[in-house]
Amino acid sequence: MVGAACALYAARAGFSVVLVDRGPVAGGTTGSGEGNLLVSDKEPGPELELALLSGRLWSRLAAEPGLGASIEFEAKGGVVVASSGEGLAALGEFAAGQRDAGVDARVVTDAELYELEPHLAPGTPGGVFYPQDCQVMPSLAAAQLVRTARGLGARLLTGRTVTAVLRTTGGEVRGVRTDHGEIHAPYVVNAAGTWGGDVAALAGVRLPVLPRRGFVLVTEPLPRMVRHKVYAADYVADVASGSAALQTSPVVEGTAAGPVLIGASRERVGFDRSFSLPVMRALAAGATRLFPFLAGVSAMRAYVGFRPYMPDHLPAIGADSRVPGLFHACGHEGAGIGLAAGTGHLIAQVMAGGVPDLDLTPFRPDRFADSPAEEAS
Amino acid sequence: MSPAPTLAVVGAGPAGLSAALAAALRGVRVTLLDSAAQAGGQFYRQPAEALGARHPKALHHQWRTWERLRDGLAQQVSAGRVQHMTERHVWFVERVGEVPEGRDPGNPDGRGPGGSDRRHFAVHALPGPEQEDSVAVYADAVVLATGGYEKVLPFPGWTLPGVLTAGGAQAMLKGGLVLPGRTAVVAGAGPLLMPVAVGLAAAGAEVAALVEAAGPSHFAGRSAALAAHPDKLAEGVGYLAQLLRHRVPLAARHTVVEAHGKDSVEAVTIAALDPAGRVRPGTERRIACDTLAVGHGMLPHTDLAEGLGCRVDGVNVAVDAEQRTDVPGVWAAGETIGIGGAALSLAEGHIAGRSAAARLRGAAPDPRTWAAAAKSRTRARKFAAALAAVYVPPAHWAEQLRDDTLVCRCEEVPASAVREAVEELGATDARSVKLLTRAGMGWCQGRMCSAAVAGLAGCEERSARRPFARPVPLGVLARATDEQAPEGGPADDEQNPS
Amino acid sequence: MSKRTPLNLAGARPGPPHTVTFDGREIPALPGQTVAAALWTAGVVSWRTTRHRGEPRGVFCGIGVCFDCLVEVNGRINQRACLVPAAPGDEIRTQDGDGHGVDGPGERR
Repeated sequence: MVGAACALYAARAGFSVVLVDRGPVAGGTTGSGEGNLLVSDKEPGPELELALLSGRLWSRLAAEPGLGASIEFEAKGGVVVASSGEGLAALGEFAAGQRDAGVDARVVTDAELYELEPHLAPGTPGGVFYPQDCQVMPSLAAAQLVRTARGLGARLLTGRTVTAVLRTTGGEVRGVRTDHGEIHAPYVVNAAGTWGGDVAALAGVRLPVLPRRGFVLVTEPLPRMVRHKVYAADYVADVASGSAALQTSPVVEGTAAGPVLIGASRERVGFDRSFSLPVMRALAAGATRLFPFLAGVSAMRAYVGFRPYMPDHLPAIGADSRVPGLFHACGHEGAGIGLAAGTGHLIAQVMAGGVPDLDLTPFRPDRFADSPAEEAS
Repeated sequence: MSPAPTLAVVGAGPAGLSAALAAALRGVRVTLLDSAAQAGGQFYRQPAEALGARHPKALHHQWRTWERLRDGLAQQVSAGRVQHMTERHVWFVERVGEVPEGRDPGNPDGRGPGGSDRRHFAVHALPGPEQEDSVAVYADAVVLATGGYEKVLPFPGWTLPGVLTAGGAQAMLKGGLVLPGRTAVVAGAGPLLMPVAVGLAAAGAEVAALVEAAGPSHFAGRSAALAAHPDKLAEGVGYLAQLLRHRVPLAARHTVVEAHGKDSVEAVTIAALDPAGRVRPGTERRIACDTLAVGHGMLPHTDLAEGLGCRVDGVNVAVDAEQRTDVPGVWAAGETIGIGGAALSLAEGHIAGRSAAARLRGAAPDPRTWAAAAKSRTRARKFAAALAAVYVPPAHWAEQLRDDTLVCRCEEVPASAVREAVEELGATDARSVKLLTRAGMGWCQGRMCSAAVAGLAGCEERSARRPFARPVPLGVLARATDEQAPEGGPADDEQNPS
Repeated sequence: MSKRTPLNLAGARPGPPHTVTFDGREIPALPGQTVAAALWTAGVVSWRTTRHRGEPRGVFCGIGVCFDCLVEVNGRINQRACLVPAAPGDEIRTQDGDGHGVDGPGERR
């Protein structure tokens, strides 16, 4: 997704773009995501600013003729549910901070909450409503952005693995070598997501991107029973946590296509794709606690993905001071779809030598250069 | 004395029955789970008991083999060595180190039936037909004998009621003693079509045509390999004679290009195929019918194996010469490891059962003791390979698809969407086609369309990873564990079917 | 000689037929038959309409794999007609779309 956005914005900025992927479009983490464009789960800071910028850009993309419908863009809004009165107070405080940072965050009473989500479990004290939270179908979003970029002359090369980053004798980037020949370019953008550390290594630099596994459960098709993205307050804490241990916090949302998606689990177990029944049980338990009607609904499938996790939970965006011509746009953890638009836009800006709309200092790709190497878990 | 080791066998078709019997006869306590109300699987599917069929033999082939399996099972069940759990829809097999405390309400001491406290696997099943609850069977080892299902390649009109799989027509006939209609066309490619046509005709349907993509030249090319199996040839000749007797016209080297009808099928158009597997223009001919039974071969059920992390080669679960998968404690036999028919399934099941019995006792089995089964397995695999080479669906089947022909029946994804994903959106494999079109995301989880999607995407057919072998209610999944299935003799199980 | 039928071929001596209803219409069913078999016998070949195109569907795979034959039985939706036995008095209904109606699960009937 991030690569697709980089390709589109770079093409629009007048660059001649070649988009290379070892698999198909959306073959990595994009295809395993829920397609969240969220502000609700982000505390004030650089990531939230990026999310707000991205949100504006996504809305603009979705308004382009044909694009909004083809990527299933939906400004559905997010609802964070408190589990207790105390929890509601804490949520309210969190929301107040977000409001100061420019987020539309509305504390809602229990009555208002049931109006937003009539099928929520009874006894919920209230929550916070975030109208800016949106959703896209992530694979379609990536594919349609690529298609739009191709319309501007960008080339798409799927099924090609980058095997080396080519450098001049002066050390500047001059392209990449793939298993199907070389591609020459003065700029290389590393948008390899969870595998971004490997691509960085090809250029001889360290970028600590680690996989953080997540499962999503998918139900049978339903009428619109869950209207927003609904999650329990502990989700925010789990997202911000760096723990390797399994964490699950219920996230439930309906989709345009019918099925309800149920997340979210986080584990650092490397690239282990094996299916975990205990995780499924925890996800199902969390979801049926939020929405009791789901107990009688069938789970049809589940899928697994690997979020590109960075130790400080911030993506790497911008030029790599160690390798002239190399840019990074990866490590967005579970927010890559949402943050893609802003990331692509900013990358295009800095490649063109302009001043980016956001200060990229917190996202500097070389910010981990001095930290001790982390063991891949 | 150490307690008898326990083995769960999933699937009570030829492979599962053969494995269960081989293991039970060698001192293993076997739990045989199957989704049907009676043993037999698809090949030996029996009429529902209440239908009082006195001559079910008339619906079947190789009846003596069935009698041997059926009687063997009855013996082992009454001896208490096999527990046959019917109508158990297994949705997941889980590796568990041991039974955690409190998991075992039927046995408050937390011990299994033999007093052993270690269980390697939990087989989770939804008792049918409601499938609203889940029970677990714990076992030291597992044999997966989940069989296969029919592959159908799409064509315009294939979603009309009255169009069904050849195997489905046969299953409804064998199990429910019903016919889908009065006039049937049987079409596609594969060795199943002849018995289906003969079966429908014998049961009173008018079979207006048997349309087979393979032609005489295909057989000629393989005559040596096929002639090595005189018994099978005789079977084939027998079918031909019966087709003749029932006046079923055989259209070899033909294919169905379209099924017509408004609310259900009223006719089909068939056409001849050229040597390259393309429809010969001008050879189309319309045949009136109210049923089209169609199939293009079979695909293995591999979901449980994949959930366990077993290696799958292409679409088949990979096993060694002892029928072991690469996950310790998991064996696989029958069509789940490759389509090859009942005789092959029997041999593989036998070897799996013997190997499991030996290894559960900590002994390396001596393959010489199953030399006969191994020989029959080799022969049957050769024959299956020869058949697979003969019965190939028309190479250019996809050319028949119109833009609005559905490829994915569940999510109603038309051919145009799949083509767009491949040609314009950068999909290069079945997974990316699925993500970009929803083909394969519906109730059947791509079982009905995966072959077609792979064909349209121009990629190799591979098994899709399906964590759940069948849909599971979230309320069931939300529980920390499943209740242990009641243990006990067959009499108990009959009184308490769930 | 008796007519060629599947029941005659297998020498079946089923018990007396019972009655189920399909969309309110009474149809006979033999003990042991599945919902699909009973409907076929009554000449009914479709009992579901699809979510998007509203097309009729019935039995396709016949062995519980394809989920095309989903039907509502006694108010319970998503039942596979090819697997579920027809019991005396069963109320069988055509299942439309996702089967959940406009109000969704848990709120029907």
